[in-house]
Amino acid sequence: MRKCSLESIDRVFAAINADASLYLPVDGDDGKAVYTKWEDGVKWSGALNTVRSPKSFFFPQMEDLVQFRTEGKTIEVIDPRKESEDFVVFGVRACDAKSFEVLDRVFLVDPVDSYYASRREHGVIVTVACTRPVETCFCKTFGIDPAEPAGDVSVWKTDSELFWQSNTEKGEKLLEKLADLTEECTDEAVAAQKEKINSVMSRLPLADLKADAFGAGKTMKFFDAPEWDELSESCIACGTCTYVCPTCQCYDIKDFNTGNGVIRFRCWDSCMYSEFTKMSAGQPRLTQKERFRQRFMHKLVYYPEKNGGLFSCVGCGRCLSRCPISMNIVKVMKTIGGKADE
Amino acid sequence: MNNRTETLIPKIGVITDVRIDTPDIKTFRVVTPDGVKPFIHRPGQCAMLSVPGVGEAMFSITSSPTNEEYMEFSIKKCGCVTDWLHQAEPGQQITIRGPYGKPFPVDDEFASKNLLFIAGGVGLAPLRSVINYCRHYRDRYGRIDIVYGSRSKDDLLDYREIIEEWSKDENVHVHLTIDREQEGWDGHVGFVPNYVKELGFDTDKTVILCGPPIMIKFTLDGLYALGFDKTQIYTTLEMRMKCGIGKCGRCNVGSRYICKDGPVFRFDELDELPDEY
Repeated sequence: MRKCSLESIDRVFAAINADASLYLPVDGDDGKAVYTKWEDGVKWSGALNTVRSPKSFFFPQMEDLVQFRTEGKTIEVIDPRKESEDFVVFGVRACDAKSFEVLDRVFLVDPVDSYYASRREHGVIVTVACTRPVETCFCKTFGIDPAEPAGDVSVWKTDSELFWQSNTEKGEKLLEKLADLTEECTDEAVAAQKEKINSVMSRLPLADLKADAFGAGKTMKFFDAPEWDELSESCIACGTCTYVCPTCQCYDIKDFNTGNGVIRFRCWDSCMYSEFTKMSAGQPRLTQKERFRQRFMHKLVYYPEKNGGLFSCVGCGRCLSRCPISMNIVKVMKTIGGKADE
Repeated sequence: MNNRTETLIPKIGVITDVRIDTPDIKTFRVVTPDGVKPFIHRPGQCAMLSVPGVGEAMFSITSSPTNEEYMEFSIKKCGCVTDWLHQAEPGQQITIRGPYGKPFPVDDEFASKNLLFIAGGVGLAPLRSVINYCRHYRDRYGRIDIVYGSRSKDDLLDYREIIEEWSKDENVHVHLTIDREQEGWDGHVGFVPNYVKELGFDTDKTVILCGPPIMIKFTLDGLYALGFDKTQIYTTLEMRMKCGIGKCGRCNVGSRYICKDGPVFRFDELDELPDEY
């Protein structure tokens, strides 16, 4: 383990940024943290709870897949991809770091999504152990330890210092670059910090939320629960939950006619939208109830069933604070899951 | 990214022939610009066809893998991409990628079985690949029965091939039906589910069923009444798809992605899925 003083952080950032673009949470004018490209003068916000999750570094909201040029009856196919450049995302929370495991199991299984894979190869994730967990946090429900974040490098922040630990080869290389700016140290201060984090977590309102009722094999148990009617009643299908979610990975593919050719791009999509499953031949999910149910069943039952019990929710709490009608996965879990215990 | 292959980037396909099958179904023959079959597939698999600027959609490959020269797609006019394709002429280039999905188990579960194909309307399109594969390797299978129905005589897909080839095969028994009486039709009249019951098949058969949802529902009832079990009946599902590789999420039903884990399912497998397909 290595450490540096908090005062020297800008020099550390400059060293990282020397040969890879560095992104980190920066407080906006409204006090909300947003991932921003670092440059001299940009101040790291201590806050880790960013408005958007870092998933867009690997799975951008919009990206070009392929281009076409058409002339008469002929078509030319153009691969628009350029070699990805190295980049570092600093300040990722433990929950958000876990979301990459969820996304990897979609994009990196055969056939591999090379757009995502390329960014995963070129991106280094530096996590920071939670400093300020908030009342919407429930990562522990899904077995995530906010004091032990994964990632290529894990960082713990105390009042005056940062402690760095590499977990992967990529992380090792990054710390080598910072050798002159950091010094070897023991992990005592980190142990104390971990204890502090866990003590805060255990006092949060969602500390006791359990996901045990859900998981593989529970489709028939929950699918026809009458509670879906009431839970979904006020959903306005805005899709905000999907867009702030670090694990939502559904996408649409569309063509854009540039006037000089066609760009086929993909963009984030939401199973909450009526168009999502609409076909010429029919619509398997006719009402918002069915679309609402799909999102939660996927996160709590379908995804775990396909992925060895791993839930497709990391308890980041973004959907709790962003939903305009205050509906969220915690309410669903308490209502539907609570029923299963009866 | 020069050294990567990417399944979302399509190849170019050339439409070399357009056959008008019914008032709203045309069969398109597709090869690469070099004049060869775009790729190898198995019976029941699908391909993504697209018209740049219009869109991309999933279609079942209706030609048999044993056809080594070209691929065929029987496409009903019912949306943006299909409308556009229906006005395409030979020589037109489109894009193609695939093959996608799990095929029918033609070399495993189907081997040495008596096969009963039941199709309604354009539902024959995905089964034609299987039927012609089984006809090609005729000695690997037992008796083959084909029950096929449509609204009218003019709506029967592949009618010429059925009459001139399938019906003439030894040990292949074709049973055609149309919904209503029609001048010039002296065959059976009535809906497919009723016809299946009238024909009263023995349960020593593996059934491959495809058609409109309502036809499937009533045909299943009839098959169960005849004593068939869910483990003997296969179908192929249709959902909206964008990627074709189990990632975009659109065709997710329960823990399955229809594009990758299907579209071919046995009816006992469907029991484990929520009824959202």
